Amino acid sequence: MKILVPVKRVVDYNVKVRVKADGSGVDLANVKMSMNPFDEIAVEEAVRLKEAGIATEVVAVSCGVAACQETLRTAMAIGADRGILVETDADLQPLAVAKLLKALCDKEQPQLVICGKQAIDDDANQTGQMLAALQNWPQATFASKVVIADGKATVTREIDGGLETLAISLPAVVSTDLRLNEPRYATLPNIMKAKKKPLDTVKPADLGVDVTPRLTTLKVSEPAKRSAGVRVADVADLVNKLKNEAKVI
Amino acid sequence: MAILVIAEHDNAALKAATLNTVAAAQKIGGDIHVLVAGADCAAAAQQAAQLQGVATVKVADAAHYAAQTAENLTALVIAQAAGYSHILAPATTFGKNLAPRVAALLDVAQISEITAVESADTFVRPIYAGNALATVKSADAVKVITVRTTAFDAIGTGGSAPVEAIAPAADTAQSQLQNRELTKSERPELGAAKIIVSGGRGLGSGENYHQLLEPLADKLGAALGASRAAVDAGFVPNDYQVGQTGKIVAPQLYLAIGISGAIQHLAGMKDSKVIVAINKDPDAPIFQIADYGLVADLFEAVPQLAAAVG
Ligand SMILES: Cc1cc2nc3c(=O)[nH]c(=O)nc-3n(C[C@H](O)[C@H](O)[C@H](O)COP(=O)(O)OP(=O)(O)OC[C@H]3O[C@@H](n4cnc5c(N)ncnc54)[C@H](O)[C@@H]3O)c2cc1C
Ligand SMILES: Nc1ncnc2c1ncn2[C@@H]1O[C@H](COP(=O)(O)O)[C@@H](O)[C@H]1O
Repeated sequence: MKILVPVKRVVDYNVKVRVKADGSGVDLANVKMSMNPFDEIAVEEAVRLKEAGIATEVVAVSCGVAACQETLRTAMAIGADRGILVETDADLQPLAVAKLLKALCDKEQPQLVICGKQAIDDDANQTGQMLAALQNWPQATFASKVVIADGKATVTREIDGGLETLAISLPAVVSTDLRLNEPRYATLPNIMKAKKKPLDTVKPADLGVDVTPRLTTLKVSEPAKRSAGVRVADVADLVNKLKNEAKVI
Repeated sequence: MAILVIAEHDNAALKAATLNTVAAAQKIGGDIHVLVAGADCAAAAQQAAQLQGVATVKVADAAHYAAQTAENLTALVIAQAAGYSHILAPATTFGKNLAPRVAALLDVAQISEITAVESADTFVRPIYAGNALATVKSADAVKVITVRTTAFDAIGTGGSAPVEAIAPAADTAQSQLQNRELTKSERPELGAAKIIVSGGRGLGSGENYHQLLEPLADKLGAALGASRAAVDAGFVPNDYQVGQTGKIVAPQLYLAIGISGAIQHLAGMKDSKVIVAINKDPDAPIFQIADYGLVADLFEAVPQLAAAVG
């Protein structure tokens, strides 16, 4: 069974981004970029399935600028077998990424796609569901446990009220939640090995996909700032303020 | 222009998030139709009919909607989509699971977690864990949107819209629900609570979390929440998590206890009206956004607080 893992290059989760003064976007100059944390979890899960003898090959895919090669190398250092870069400088929205991934699925014929539930830059939480729709495959989003057996996936999902378990036929799309696993640290030998693994590059046009954005960002602004309030001396002071000043209890 | 709101419900009753979603639909303007798809869901449909501003309720009642799987609901929404300019769902795990699937089959973008409506085609949504707000304009014929519930005040009741039965779509049989473990609680729902008592890694253990925070929450009639660290450590179930990737809340009062205030946590609670932080580290980032900060050992302060508010 082949597993495809889409990995996105995003601003590192430790960075607090700044909105540009002209409102055109956020300032990404010289900001640390990393693999989307949910995608690291996805790669880890796919690699574990390979180590367990369930998957035969793990293919990482990244769509975006040439620097996404680094993201693919990171995926290969965790254990992905090869990488595919869909290279473009265009602004990619989830529908476009889903279409690119669909084209690759048609070519690569994976039995399972494991993606992140959400990219921490656009916070869209869409791409996996869109890909599943375009493929007419079942989906199991927000996974905290995945078991593959007898040609189906049994997936525990984190939902608002608690947990639910779905059985879905394969091929399918699974999206990862935070508690699915804890990704390993890539060791130096594995980082070196990853440099020699195959990495193919294609363009959206090679895949016959029109990636023109459907949404135009008119402006990006800073949210209303919350300023620090006061320090209270002790619990009695706090209760007094909550009762008589804020009037919330 | 007509707007289709996809109701979130458990067959017996509407989820509160549906009321906020209808409120967002009103801001867009146009006839509002609510789709209730479920199994034996007449009670939920009746509730939808009583919401203010709703013109029609469409009900698809069939066994294969009991589990609310994205595959079956999408097939139904697509069959109903003609004539609607907007399709709205709440930005809950329910809506987030469903809306992108619908959008992809309509070949349109999906607009996630809107917090404001500027016009029928322009919306505001947070990006980068709420550190920026993007105003986006859609060029698509149909706008498929999820609504951040805390940004729109729930719609009232008192309406009496007609309820119309519609034909279910075929069962796709792609996905089977095997089990659902819902957290049982007598407390208010996190999303709807006026007061939230939230605990972090500083509590040290699940035992401490329950022993210290439950009496306080009981006295305040509050819901319980948690940071990711507290959930990861197994203190409480996953659905307690507040943050960028958990629940977004905006209560009147949010008490952050033993929580440092990582960006990802702030993303979920910084729109609360009043924020209290109790933390022994005076430099904890949570103090930068807290209205009232108490630098103290929570093991001493929380029992005192529970006693004082009683
Ligand atoms: C992709 C991604 C998504 C994430 N999503 C979320 C999310 O949705 N929600 C979320 O919360 N986090 C999220 N996180 C995690 C986040 O980055 C932080 O790791 C997490 O919020 C920390 O939780 P915490 O404040 O409980 O723990 P810590 O940061 O360890 O803070 C514990 C605090 O307790 C205080 N403390 C300890 N003992 C005491 C005592 N006796 N009395 C008083 N104070 C005490 C300490 O001073 C400290 O400030 C996410 C991270 C990533 C990478
Ligand atoms: N440009 C991209 N390249 C590769 N994978 C992506 C890309 N954008 C999104 N994804 C995948 O889709 C998931 C959800 O992203 P989003 O829908 O943008 O929140 C991510 O966690 C990735 O697994």
